[in-house]
Amino acid sequence: MESAVVESRPEVLAALARILPREALLVEAEDTRPYECDGLTLIRQRPMAVALPQTEAQVVAVLRLCHRLGVPVVPRGAGTGLAGSALPDAGGVLLSMARFNRILAVDRRACTATVEPGVRNLAISEAAAPQGLYYAPDPSSQVACTIGGNVAENSGGVHCLKYGLTLHNVLRVRGYTVDGEAVEFGSLAPDAAGLDLLALVVGSEGMLAVTMEVTVRLVPRPELARCIMASFADVAQAGDAVAALIAAGIIPAGLEMLDQAASRLVEPFAHAGYDLEAAAVLLCESDGTPEEVEEEIAHMSQVLRAAQATRIQVSRDEAERLKFWAGRKNAFPAAGRAAPAYYCTDGTIPRKHIGQMLKSIQAMERRYGLSCPNVFHAGDGNLHPLVLFDDSDPDSVARAEAFGAEILEESVRLGGTVTGEHGVGMEKLNQMCSQFDRPTLDAFAAVKRAFDPAGTLNPGKVIPSLHRCAEYGRQRVVGGALPHPELPRF
Amino acid sequence: MQTELADFARQHADGPEAADILRACVHCGFCTATCPTYQLFGDELDGPRGRIYLIKQVLEGQAPTERTQLHLDRCLTCRACETACPSGVKYGRLVEIGRELLAERRPRGWRAQAARRALAWVLTGGAFAPLLAVGRLLRPVLPMRLGAQLAPARAAGTWPRTPRARRMLLLAGCVQPALAPNINAATARVFDALGIEVLTVARAGCCGALRHHLDQQAAAREDMRRNIDAWWPAIEAGAEAILVNASGCGTMLKDYGVLLRADPAYAAKAARISALARDLCEVLPPLVAALAPRLGPAVSTRVVFHPPCSLQHGQQLRGVVEGMLVALGAQVLPFADAPLCCGSAGTYSLLQPAVSATLRERKLAALTAPRPEVILSANIGCLTQLSGGATPVQHWIEWLDERLR
Ligand SMILES: Cc1cc2nc3c(=O)[nH]c(=O)nc-3n(C[C@H](O)[C@H](O)[C@H](O)COP(=O)(O)OP(=O)(O)OC[C@H]3O[C@@H](n4cnc5c(N)ncnc54)[C@H](O)[C@@H]3O)c2cc1C
Ligand code: SF4
Ligand code: SF4
Repeated sequence: MESAVVESRPEVLAALARILPREALLVEAEDTRPYECDGLTLIRQRPMAVALPQTEAQVVAVLRLCHRLGVPVVPRGAGTGLAGSALPDAGGVLLSMARFNRILAVDRRACTATVEPGVRNLAISEAAAPQGLYYAPDPSSQVACTIGGNVAENSGGVHCLKYGLTLHNVLRVRGYTVDGEAVEFGSLAPDAAGLDLLALVVGSEGMLAVTMEVTVRLVPRPELARCIMASFADVAQAGDAVAALIAAGIIPAGLEMLDQAASRLVEPFAHAGYDLEAAAVLLCESDGTPEEVEEEIAHMSQVLRAAQATRIQVSRDEAERLKFWAGRKNAFPAAGRAAPAYYCTDGTIPRKHIGQMLKSIQAMERRYGLSCPNVFHAGDGNLHPLVLFDDSDPDSVARAEAFGAEILEESVRLGGTVTGEHGVGMEKLNQMCSQFDRPTLDAFAAVKRAFDPAGTLNPGKVIPSLHRCAEYGRQRVVGGALPHPELPRF
Repeated sequence: MQTELADFARQHADGPEAADILRACVHCGFCTATCPTYQLFGDELDGPRGRIYLIKQVLEGQAPTERTQLHLDRCLTCRACETACPSGVKYGRLVEIGRELLAERRPRGWRAQAARRALAWVLTGGAFAPLLAVGRLLRPVLPMRLGAQLAPARAAGTWPRTPRARRMLLLAGCVQPALAPNINAATARVFDALGIEVLTVARAGCCGALRHHLDQQAAAREDMRRNIDAWWPAIEAGAEAILVNASGCGTMLKDYGVLLRADPAYAAKAARISALARDLCEVLPPLVAALAPRLGPAVSTRVVFHPPCSLQHGQQLRGVVEGMLVALGAQVLPFADAPLCCGSAGTYSLLQPAVSATLRERKLAALTAPRPEVILSANIGCLTQLSGGATPVQHWIEWLDERLR
């Protein structure tokens, strides 16, 4: 999916300058370098230009122009992605949608909100709060990440076990294809006629269309929510407790786990009150009417105790419940307190293997000489091991990359997948080769071509080329260990 | 985030500290959400994460242009980003070092430098009070907003003169005595009612923040040393604390220790000053219960409290004033976007008037939405910035003082 840059740089920039006001076009290295990566700092690339349109007409004009000139376009929201999905293209335009941050409508009767793509996830819930409603998917980055980014990554959150991912909470997406043609996916009706293309665009990582407007489903705030913090003396026991809860027929509103290293990192910031002596803590939430909550909390506590929980503490009030979650939600960046950089992976495995997986990661920590606190959406088996490394040391970087790659390979081996919610982006291109066979990858590429025949919208992401897979296959034959660990792999 | 310091930065006294701060940033972007300028401009370069990158580039030796300058100038130094950062990045300190290095690497034009010097001189020197008097006389012919903000000050009332066994120093401030003389007097009366004598020292003046934020670090250190000398006798004589009723100045006092740490003659004394500095809300809450018998009913009970950035982010004192007001019988109304700056930010309102005015409008809209009778705050800059609207604005200590019988 190499894109052919037809026009030379000065001509493209001159053409862009004609359609964008001065403050909306960044071209000098000084200004574009801060846009060189998203939340994954391992992979960086300065774009030819950053466009910061303020009107829909400007978005369309940029798309048309770039399409005509064969210039790649990479959409960007808040740049919190963890897979390099918003990594700029060296010869392309990074199209920031951050200025479209208006909430267009909150409909209390229909329980929907219609918003521009740059609206922050949390801002939707804040706007809906006076009506007693909220937007359920709550990525930990919800203070900052945009709904446009959420749609592109099909983002999940700590409450997605019960309420579903972005896909289950979005009704309609309006946008533009790479050539500036208007498109609409989904509808406000419960079931639209024809093929369900909404499911296709949600999770498409900005490769099929640029999102301009999103209508989301809102849900009524539960009367009550309470959260259990359960301590375990061993990570594997905590993993087994997760499986036990689900096996008991309980669907907690949230079911999350932090190991000791992770809770110790975040406690100084969040003051969540975590049990710092426990090898792992599980957060387990119940919501509904007070009666339902009381009954469910009792049931959960019973299962957790049977699963060897050493301590069980139930949030006494809303403030304490929010603290429990604040710790969990701020855990990744808190890693910055221990190391200059972290690499967060996103493999998902069948719940019954969580304990085993954590043991494997502990072995890898020793093998790679890097520590790896674990935080994850336990209920979905979605792991977020945080490999801590030093980005000034090329050897440390190479070890971190290899560590992350091995975790993903192990996820696939255990019957899981390489991404739960952060997307494939640039980061997991190699592992896509292990997870899917060539015909499947070719089918993905065909879908991409149907929307974007020239392949200029967010090129090079998600679908690995034949060549890359062949190269990756060759590397992996050498007994699992990568030759030349000093070389960057991305 | 790793930084390869350029030679000039490595040799600079603050270079290594800046590199350490940069190391802590993991580029997660959580801080952008609470940044007032990112909300306004929607450009990474006008948010903390982008500014951190810009400062990193300067430290790494890339030649900065006027655009880096612009984006750093637009930063309010409100430090909301610090409160939001899970990784503990000390952005406030970083931007201070970044600005200092930038001023060295890329000096401002002489016009800008002269304007900044003049501003510092007017606001902190003896000229401010007479100029303010002229401004107030000219009110009828001034543009609406400026005129409204120059409204006559509340009269100071009497200053209690009873000697007390417990004594505390009070930072009198530079612009505050001219703009709102009642705040210091009200502070003295409330403490007097608690049996504590409040002392001011004539020779102490501006805390140094004004010059510090106008790229005049050396002159700012002069301010600090002068204040230390002025207060020292009273401290040796047993003053328990240095009270500050303008949270912007309080933040500065608490930084004396860091800012003078390289000065052998003053380092220890500066650290002592920082340790003694107290915002009013750090001293009063345990004492106010004793005031109860002396308090009459409040004139206004439906209040909003605008927490100054220097209080909630700079000094990390959140919810303390609000809690005390509730204990004193006020109905403290919640409002949207409390972590956001009102746009005053010291001299920012004069140097970036357009951004400042927009932030003021937004803040006033949020504060007045729950229909309060009065807007309370805790910093002279914010009080001036928010005044001139339909709802009266007061320091919370004045609100308390009015109830003393
Ligand atoms: C600390 C931390 C915690 C996180 N926790 C979670 C979590 O719990 N769950 C989770 O799912 N994710 C999580 N993430 C990942 C990230 O926040 C999500 O992937 C989020 O949806 C990205 O949104 P964004 O606005 O930052 O998008 P960006 O990172 O800017 O972009 C992400 C993708 O969306 C595309 N895109 C953005 N806007 C548009 C648009 N308008 N039209 C078309 N394409 C667009 C981009 O091209 C790119 O492919 C976390 C990230 C961090 C840093
Ligand atoms: S100090 Fe305030 S204005 Fe400056 S970057 Fe931080 S949040 Fe933004
Ligand atoms: S929140 Fe902290 S770690 Fe994250 S980008 Fe901002 S300063 Fe860096």
